[in-house]
Amino acid sequence: MKVLRDTWLVFGRYWGLFIHNPVWVAIGVVQPLLYLLLFAPLLSSIAKTPGFPAGGAYNVFVPGLLVQLGMFGAAGVGFSLIAELRMGVIERLRVTPVSRVSLLLGRALRDILSIVIQSLILIVLALPFGLSINPIGVVVVLALIALIGLLTASIAYAAALWLRSEDSYAPLIFTSSLPILLLSGVLLPLGLAPRWLRSIAALNPLSYAVDAARAVFLGHLDDPSVVRGVALMAVLAILAVFLGARAFGRAVA
Amino acid sequence: MPVDANAIETRGLRRVFKSRGRVVEAVAGVDLTVRNGEIFGFLGPNGAGKTTTLRMLATLLRPSGGTATVAGADLLRQQGRVRERIGYVGQAGGSDREIMGRTELVFQGRLYGMSLAAAQKRAAELIEMLELEACADRKVATYSGGQKRRLDIGLGLVHDPQLLFLDEPTTGLDPQSRARVWDEVRHMHDRGTTVFLTTHYLDEADALCDRIAIIDRGKIVTLGSPEELKREVAGDLVTLSVKGDQRAALNLLEAQPFVREAATEEGLVRLYVDRGEVAMPAILRLLDSAGMQLVTIGLQRPSLDDVFLRKTGRSLRETAA
Repeated sequence: MKVLRDTWLVFGRYWGLFIHNPVWVAIGVVQPLLYLLLFAPLLSSIAKTPGFPAGGAYNVFVPGLLVQLGMFGAAGVGFSLIAELRMGVIERLRVTPVSRVSLLLGRALRDILSIVIQSLILIVLALPFGLSINPIGVVVVLALIALIGLLTASIAYAAALWLRSEDSYAPLIFTSSLPILLLSGVLLPLGLAPRWLRSIAALNPLSYAVDAARAVFLGHLDDPSVVRGVALMAVLAILAVFLGARAFGRAVA
Repeated sequence: MPVDANAIETRGLRRVFKSRGRVVEAVAGVDLTVRNGEIFGFLGPNGAGKTTTLRMLATLLRPSGGTATVAGADLLRQQGRVRERIGYVGQAGGSDREIMGRTELVFQGRLYGMSLAAAQKRAAELIEMLELEACADRKVATYSGGQKRRLDIGLGLVHDPQLLFLDEPTTGLDPQSRARVWDEVRHMHDRGTTVFLTTHYLDEADALCDRIAIIDRGKIVTLGSPEELKREVAGDLVTLSVKGDQRAALNLLEAQPFVREAATEEGLVRLYVDRGEVAMPAILRLLDSAGMQLVTIGLQRPSLDDVFLRKTGRSLRETAA
């Protein structure tokens, strides 16, 4: 009960800070929108290539964009935490009896909510281009994106608490997220990739999330890849929450 | 918590940091007793271990060794209980620049389990008490240094803790804001709150604290009231001159039991005594009855800097960067 109450309080604080600056939602949507407008049209011509899944270019491409949104939307959340460390806010919160898990979850929920809103906007914007999806599919995909957000945000917060400076946090986040994204088949399906690239990608948990999202948008909700992707993200997210909460418990300013 | 228990008791408190393969002992075995209701000062140069000790006692840092009882709860086993009973104001403060002062106070109250209504009521009380009415509904980024520091202290007082930790509460403040913070600390003291503060200002320790511990290189080098510490070092210095020959006055006073050392120098008699305020009337009486006419008399008391110099072999002013 205390954890729920504390999480709700912490969420309220950070959501309040966030809606005072809704510009971030807009920035979060602009990038995928540019992909949608300026990159996706290229796909129509290669959608007939062997290895490209059937079902329409947008039903293949939008799931990748959503996964990317889930990850990039949460990878940068550590910056604000580092600013708070400097202001002594985190130290002040850690002296109160507030639950350490709540310090992480309350913030991560804010991040997840903003990612889910951006994802919905993106899905709606992609409909006129020919994206098709059913209501259950939307729920499953949003849950998957939320888990990716929770996983990424928890790791990002742990990294920020560990590194404590933007100068080391920024390179770590950007150099690690790019290969993870490229090796997940976000932009183009890995069915097009040479065998060696596919074997490396098989080690990347995020590629299973992309597979799951794609299966949902192609109307294969009962495909085993959906359960596999969601379950894998759920397990990793739980582990990351433990890691992040531990970091909040031990942070040394 | 029983009324007669001490606010803080530590035994062999230690903290070791590892950095680049080297082991640094920041706090090297601190034994300390802070009594309920007193203002206790932790004085020492930067890097002496003041903040590390404070952070351990406030549950922010796990001790590498030793035991401690803080506000009646075991520091190592009952962290939750310690947190409920203490307030802490760190060097950086703790309020967010982008949030309004009142919002911060209400949120802090909620974290201690208050209902929204109770937290709002408490925030209003603190805003009045700390005279933050003018800025409470503005973002902290617009506050003056003194307003910000008072808000940060307010955040530490929201749940009316029995023990308040202040880490260098006046560093970086102008003299007026500094005096204002001193007043607040005295008010807390009057209400029965125990205050544990760190400082590297001698005058602050002298003006505010009931008792002081001087810490250097992770160890407490001396502990006592400012008066006791100063007396222990050198005693007070009484300087006087009489009409005629100073030798006669010296011979007379040198023989008195309350005089530790005496000498004449440049036509002045210098006497080191235990307590100047008691010695002076006695000196006046003695000279009077011996028929000697006093021309000048002055009393000079040792400063805490003299104490620090004597105990550590260094001047605090040199070490406090």
